[in-house]
Amino acid sequence: MKPTEAQIWDWLDQVPDPEIPVISVVDLGIVRDVAWQDDTLEVAVTPTYSGCPATSVISMDIETALRDRGVEQIRIRTQIAPPWTTDWLSDKGRAKLEAYGIAPPSPAGGPEKCPHCGSADVVRVSQFGSTPCKAHWRCNACLEPFDYFKCI
Amino acid sequence: MTRDEAFFEFLCRMGDNTLVLGHRVSEWCGHAPVLEEDIALANTALDLIGQTQMWLGLAAEIEGDGRSADDLAMLRDAWDFRNVLLAEQPNGDFGQTMMRQYLFDQYHLLMLQALAGSSDERVAGIAAKSVKEVAYHVERSRDTVVGLGDGTSESHRRMQAALDLLYPYVGEMFESDAVDAAMEEAGIAPDPASLRDAYDAALTQTMAEATLTLPDSRFAHSGGRTGFRHTEHLGHMLTQMQWLQRAYPGATW
Repeated sequence: MKPTEAQIWDWLDQVPDPEIPVISVVDLGIVRDVAWQDDTLEVAVTPTYSGCPATSVISMDIETALRDRGVEQIRIRTQIAPPWTTDWLSDKGRAKLEAYGIAPPSPAGGPEKCPHCGSADVVRVSQFGSTPCKAHWRCNACLEPFDYFKCI
Repeated sequence: MTRDEAFFEFLCRMGDNTLVLGHRVSEWCGHAPVLEEDIALANTALDLIGQTQMWLGLAAEIEGDGRSADDLAMLRDAWDFRNVLLAEQPNGDFGQTMMRQYLFDQYHLLMLQALAGSSDERVAGIAAKSVKEVAYHVERSRDTVVGLGDGTSESHRRMQAALDLLYPYVGEMFESDAVDAAMEEAGIAPDPASLRDAYDAALTQTMAEATLTLPDSRFAHSGGRTGFRHTEHLGHMLTQMQWLQRAYPGATW
């Protein structure tokens, strides 16, 4: 019997992002669609940044996770339009990011507060950070550097 | 020239710009003046190479000759590249690299904004994806040009020298030929010349903030986007970039 699409989504929500393992690929909003086409399961995945090296690892991790649960025929489809946006991050994902020490994206163009001490007195070090999706910020209160998930 | 031949040329122009500039920028990896700049340059290069995969992937599909994006990137010789001459110019010092980046980013942003409304949904999709990344590139390269131009007397001198050196490569980005006419007629891409006024306005504002003087002469080197005459720098770059595929044909990870 084929697992339901809801079951598949639940399984995919247990696949961690390879760079930020506290959130799942579903939290990240990069799984756009899951659908059975006869006996083949098609999963549409969208890249975060076009050159993000984690993209191919993510596709492999998704395939492996589904295979481990008995899904045999899988097709991963890369979908670039509409382009990925940080609006697709789940609320659960945002909370987990912050608890992990990464400030979640904010439409204001910068973090609301330091993910370590909560101070709003923060300053940008660089628009680019340790991965394409993050910028490098620093807290003027606790003096700790931190990653900010860029809003795009 | 059929419409698809023109389309292929256009896509190579887009993809070769991002490929060649992306490779150039990646040459800084491990050599930038400070760690944050090193990371920023590497991230920019990564975005550009990612965009290259999309443009050259579509070029290969349109060509329909069984070539892949990798084949186009790694197995063509200098005369088949269609990037503008600006993209292949050597890095020079950090200021020169950032001036080259800003001059390109500002054009790139305008071009991608226009392409997001392309009649070809694949082109529109790639542009909509890329423009988000390029908005960050131009913000950073512009800030750096202003910071260094309006900085110390030494940084100002170097940025003015970089602008004087690179400005003659700006004009080529806004040239129009039969390929552009075919793309405009099909609604796929704008005539590059139509972007020049907006570019000039942005450049004038940025250079004023940077206390730098735009050269009077509009003389423009050309020959990159048509492949007619690249500078000698491209061939040297390709000997490094394509070395692995040339020495070990078909090698894969």
